[in-house]
Amino acid sequence: MSTAEMRLACKPGDYKSDVQPVWCPGCGDYHVLMSFTRAFAALGLPPEKIAVISGIGCSSRIPAYTNCYGFHGVHGRSLALAAGLKVTRPDLTVVVASGDGDGYSIGGNHFLHACRRNIDMTYVVMDNRVYGMTKGQPSPTTEPDFDTALSPGGTGVRPFHPLVIALASGANFVARAFSGSPNETADILVEAIRHPGFSFIEILSPCVTFRPDEKEWKSMVRPAPVEATDDAARAARRLMTDDGFNIGVLYRGERRPFQPPFGRADADLTALETEFVL
Amino acid sequence: MREKPMRETTSVSVAIVGSGGAGALTTGNFVLEAASLAGWHGILTRTVGPQIRGGEAAALVRLATHPVECLSDRFDLLIAIDWLNASRFDAEIRLGPDSLVIGDPRGGEPPASIAASGARLINVPMKETAKALPEGRANMIALGIAMQLLGLSEDAMATVLERRLAEKGAAAIAASRTALRAGIDAARELALPVRLAPPGEIAGKRWLVTGNEATGLGAIRGGVRFAAAYPITPATEILEWLAPNLVKAGGVLLQAEDELASINMIIGASFGGTPSLTATSGPGLSLMIEALGLATAAEVPIVVVDVMRGGPSTGIPTKSEQADLNIAVYGFHGDAPHLVLAPQSVGDCLFTTQWAAYLAEALQAPAIVLSDQFMGQSRAAIARPADVAFIGQRRRATEIAAPYKRYALAGDGVSAMAIPGTPNGQYTADGLTHTERGIPTSRAEDHLAQLDKRRDKLARFAYGDHWATIEGDGDLAVLTWGSLTGAVREGLARARKDGVAARLVAPRLLYPTRPDEFAAALDGAKRLLVVEQTHSAQFHHYLRAHYDLPGEVRVLNRPGPLPISPGEIHRTVLEWRA
Repeated sequence: MSTAEMRLACKPGDYKSDVQPVWCPGCGDYHVLMSFTRAFAALGLPPEKIAVISGIGCSSRIPAYTNCYGFHGVHGRSLALAAGLKVTRPDLTVVVASGDGDGYSIGGNHFLHACRRNIDMTYVVMDNRVYGMTKGQPSPTTEPDFDTALSPGGTGVRPFHPLVIALASGANFVARAFSGSPNETADILVEAIRHPGFSFIEILSPCVTFRPDEKEWKSMVRPAPVEATDDAARAARRLMTDDGFNIGVLYRGERRPFQPPFGRADADLTALETEFVL
Repeated sequence: MREKPMRETTSVSVAIVGSGGAGALTTGNFVLEAASLAGWHGILTRTVGPQIRGGEAAALVRLATHPVECLSDRFDLLIAIDWLNASRFDAEIRLGPDSLVIGDPRGGEPPASIAASGARLINVPMKETAKALPEGRANMIALGIAMQLLGLSEDAMATVLERRLAEKGAAAIAASRTALRAGIDAARELALPVRLAPPGEIAGKRWLVTGNEATGLGAIRGGVRFAAAYPITPATEILEWLAPNLVKAGGVLLQAEDELASINMIIGASFGGTPSLTATSGPGLSLMIEALGLATAAEVPIVVVDVMRGGPSTGIPTKSEQADLNIAVYGFHGDAPHLVLAPQSVGDCLFTTQWAAYLAEALQAPAIVLSDQFMGQSRAAIARPADVAFIGQRRRATEIAAPYKRYALAGDGVSAMAIPGTPNGQYTADGLTHTERGIPTSRAEDHLAQLDKRRDKLARFAYGDHWATIEGDGDLAVLTWGSLTGAVREGLARARKDGVAARLVAPRLLYPTRPDEFAAALDGAKRLLVVEQTHSAQFHHYLRAHYDLPGEVRVLNRPGPLPISPGEIHRTVLEWRA
């Protein structure tokens, strides 16, 4: 089958598993799953050539809901696991799924280094500004006055800005999406997967259970008023001055993806010991 | 004044000390290599302080007519290029009245322990002699002194200089040879009370290798083609050896941002079908434990080498201990069957790491290899280790009819693994308790079924005779493990000469345990001596927890960094008889 025929033959349903999600009714992550399957179908990728890698949290449940290879690992380490997979299997399409707790708090260090390393993979963080699976604690993107049992009266700590951090750390593609627009999100995903190097997409994905206020997001998001730039400093300045609801591709970089060279697979192993021979 | 005829001996030990950067380790390595070229066996252990430059360093070299896997009880010769920080490790360099100590009159005051030992102290102006020569270095004067006193030929040393100083050029080699001769001349009137017997005929190829290098080679021979690396003393050399050599073997090494990343990187690479390894030490292993549990639950084969150092916390990064046994065996949360192996000598680092890679792949489980600073950073002249056929190869699912059961319960518990890219094999590897298909579940029967599967696949595997070293006979059995095996073997050989028979039982496979084989190894034993380098007798408690220990049990345990010597084992065994 030619690639074109393959694409015609691929339907989003081919990328969905029969596993029932644990998500609450109305969770934004259902739409993210829909965007995943639409993007994979649009790319015409065989499901067995895609690996969806995640950590722990509501968003990290997504691999098992796809019909791709998946890894649901430990909390915060999905990017490292994905790096090991991608450098040894460059033939696979690797998509990493995370949330604001998993990706920015416990996994924060790996985020910096994944951007810096620029391995060809796509990192999707479903940001709902709360720890949902543990029932409503503040995350690194939660507003300082958000009242929770763990932080009565709010944390008093300002949220940080993942997209700007990604730019500063060297991510090669930066975008913001909204789960409630699954077609637009799928389009961004397609572009992110195609773009060489480390692509980062922040998806605003409301938690209707612990953040019912986020239901308002659908009336707050808007397409970014400017075209994406290849100037990281300009992209960062725009991001630091917008209100966090501009949707679209914000930055396309031109760094060469990192892929360490392999030697020949049929190498003569007996040569390795010569340095020890007396 | 030339000394009177000396006693011929089968083993001689020399320590060369100096402040960091003085070149003590280089001198020791040259001594070892020249002696090895001449046909002797030998081992060099380094003991250094934590400083990068300007601390203290000692090369502890033992040369012998027979293979040696440990240091001896006493040093026949100590050469101090200077005494600046020597008191920091004088407890590790035991001297006696027969020992000869060479110091430099400008090298500072010798520690009080030198006089207390009764050793003879001779001053040789190494620094002054070196200064008078073009490009002269005091450590090359020390090397000449060592050569003269140990009876090493100048030809062998010339070969060593040609090899090791080639990059520095002919002028540097010539300057070193001049300094060397000055050292030889300075020591002409001196002698040790012992002289090493001539080497026997050596058959076959011999290697000069460190345990860390042998570990790296064992990994590649066992099939490892990906390593993730985060530097840590004393494991870094494994990773530095692997970096170029993995590429030569068709693999690759990736530097990680921390140990949490390196362990997860190797899990990801192994999930993708590539046998994978990382190497670390105690603090790094502590960070890796959560993900090791993931590898157990998701049944992803990986190898983690822990080159043990003094602990807990930062401890003594540069010196050896065996105190990571507990965390390796018991550190995981939940019921998490996995493999723990321990090499028993510099050369055995190759075999045990290769076997670990093989077992991890065969059993789809994580394997921890407990090496230690002593064997990891010791360089030994050994017979080329025999080739073994252990090459890691996991059971793969290739022709798959959906629905694929990644964690199928049938058979021996090792279920065929689909590698990404294989059509119809898509599954999600999961740390959550899962069904045979890998789908998350919290049902009691699913949990029990997968716990049983993971336990049974390890427990039922035929590990063969490699699980332990079992030697000798007698109603006294000495139980030990890891790098102490060599010291125990030598201690028992000495006891045998005194007419005391004892057996050595040293498990190489520490987990899963082998109750039937262990009982057979101890059949007829009435007294057990447990020997280990921990403060809290971890190995003794491990043995008590898993095995029946017949008869009377005594424990000889001591924390690092002081090694337990063959003489102590010998003495303990003899005293127990009396």
